[in-house]
Amino acid sequence: MLKVKTPKTGKARRELEKRAPKLVETRKKTLILHGTKTSGMLNSVLTQIYHLKKEMAVRFSRKNEDVRPFESGGEASLEFFSQKTDCSMFVFGSHSKKRPNNLVIGRTYDHHIYDLVEVGVENLKPLESFSYDKKLAPKAGSKPFIAFIGEGFDSVEELKHLKEVLLDLFRGEVVENLNLAGVDRAYVFTAVSSNRVFFTHCALRLKKSGTIVPRMELVEVGPSLDFVVRRHRLPNEGLRKEAMKTAKDKAKKKEKNVSKDVIEGKIGKVYIPDQKVGETALPNKAKGVKRERREAKLRHGEAKEHASKKQKEYSE
Amino acid sequence: METQPQPQFQIDLGNLMAFDPHHSFPSQPSSREELVKECLKKGTELVQAIADNLFNLPSTEDVDGPLVKLPPPTTRLPREKPLPKPKPPTKWELFAKAKGIKRRKKDKIVYDEQTGTWKRRYGYDRANDEDKVPIIDAKVTDEPGEDPFAKKRADKKKKIENQEKNRLQNLKQAAKVGALPSHVQLAATALPITGSQAVPRKVTKEELGNVAGMAATSTASGGKFDKKLPGEKPAKHKGKYRKFLPVVEGKGTGSQEREQTEKVLNKLFSKNSHEMLNVNKAVNMYNVKKEKKWKNREGKSSPSSSKLKPKKTLKKKPSSKGSSKKGKAK
Repeated sequence: MLKVKTPKTGKARRELEKRAPKLVETRKKTLILHGTKTSGMLNSVLTQIYHLKKEMAVRFSRKNEDVRPFESGGEASLEFFSQKTDCSMFVFGSHSKKRPNNLVIGRTYDHHIYDLVEVGVENLKPLESFSYDKKLAPKAGSKPFIAFIGEGFDSVEELKHLKEVLLDLFRGEVVENLNLAGVDRAYVFTAVSSNRVFFTHCALRLKKSGTIVPRMELVEVGPSLDFVVRRHRLPNEGLRKEAMKTAKDKAKKKEKNVSKDVIEGKIGKVYIPDQKVGETALPNKAKGVKRERREAKLRHGEAKEHASKKQKEYSE
Repeated sequence: METQPQPQFQIDLGNLMAFDPHHSFPSQPSSREELVKECLKKGTELVQAIADNLFNLPSTEDVDGPLVKLPPPTTRLPREKPLPKPKPPTKWELFAKAKGIKRRKKDKIVYDEQTGTWKRRYGYDRANDEDKVPIIDAKVTDEPGEDPFAKKRADKKKKIENQEKNRLQNLKQAAKVGALPSHVQLAATALPITGSQAVPRKVTKEELGNVAGMAATSTASGGKFDKKLPGEKPAKHKGKYRKFLPVVEGKGTGSQEREQTEKVLNKLFSKNSHEMLNVNKAVNMYNVKKEKKWKNREGKSSPSSSKLKPKKTLKKKPSSKGSSKKGKAK
């Protein structure tokens, strides 16, 4: 005996549709949480990442004891959270003597762990310590420019993986149309050595240059820190192949009001809206609006003034 | 994509990303500020390169500013959820395809012949409403005594049931492939007992409430001293199922024990006696009837003392069957 369960409210139905798998995916939500012990630095890193990704992140404030991403049993909690909050990326912070200020950035596919990167955070300069002109502050949710510098990102495997994960984490929503007036932030990642990446967040100042393209100026606004790569886990080949599959052809949008006729060829329909007879402009201008009349009035007005002035002089 | 001949950056416009694979730090930069400065300088170069490409895209004017259409991103990143599977065609869709039936666009307003006006196609006060016909002509095939209106209603109900069954079947087919629509979940309500088609009966609230009480009687003290949860109602039948006679008889109660034994003996004898007719019972019944009749007659006729009236002798019913022995137990 099977029963069909459908949501009773429209809100629930819309939520379910948001979480359903789509042909083309545009955004990934991030889950930010921490383990049994965190340091002050780590806490501020987590909050600042949360601020950078305001709309698309969920932050858990309690400590989670049984989350150990790199161990085989410790992933169950993460997968459960990912399922409940519909987040496909997570940032897990923990602090221990062996791995101080540890950050594990991971991705999930179908709510199962896909890949993980473990980095340590050093030399954090928080948001508050930067002083800059407040007008430049980037608006929340704007699409960032991302810059990767260094040959390490191409040669070292861990850095290659880290580059991919960081791109996924920071790129924001994939959009088709971009408003050029709204670009105001940039993330810069530099591979300083084979296991250290320097990250900074800058606001963009667009300066006038001779051409259409403005001159870019970077002003450091946001947190800047060092990532030290510790461990990483790549996805298995089969899983990777499946996750990288894309929808080959998009459903073609039906062209409206166009039909083909055998005799006449392509025929289009044009719909003309109703004429609003009362609101159209009249071809003959009203008498008072005509230019000649206005000018004549002005001249007449001046002449009157002259006459009155003359009279005054006369009287005096 | 090359921007200048010397440094070559990899630019992914869809993601607004630029990558410089050729830069390397020759030696450890002396201090942190130098490092930061160097990074910012290189960063500016890269961002400028992206901007060059970005602002040269064809743009349309919008209220807030120029709008450009970004190309799709070139870096491939993994999906977060598997690709949605296409829905399998429903039973009707298969049939329509086989027969070549095409969907026809229907108008919202239809002409109603009965009133001669244009009414909506479905909903309140619809055109050509089948339920509203006042007279149904009898056909040759109709049986007399059958209500055609009731038949219509029953047919409609059956149709709806059938439709619901078909819908469920279609959803089951989709669920098999894994292509259920996102807002639907199929849940098993109750599984039949293996080997039979019977679905187990749903237990009512009252029955569930009594279960705890029933289980408690299996304890050594009959559930009397069990801890009660808050909100648990007391057990229904506390009681006594047997009544025992008092050991010491009080005054004036008569011999209860004697009555008890008499009852038992009577029952036994009546069970085991082979008489078809219980003479005593018959006699008593006859007497009662007679007395009633006399009372009625006395009430109707003039009230005279009963003593003057001739007493009628009691006539015993002839006991044709069985022995004439009167079995009186003492």
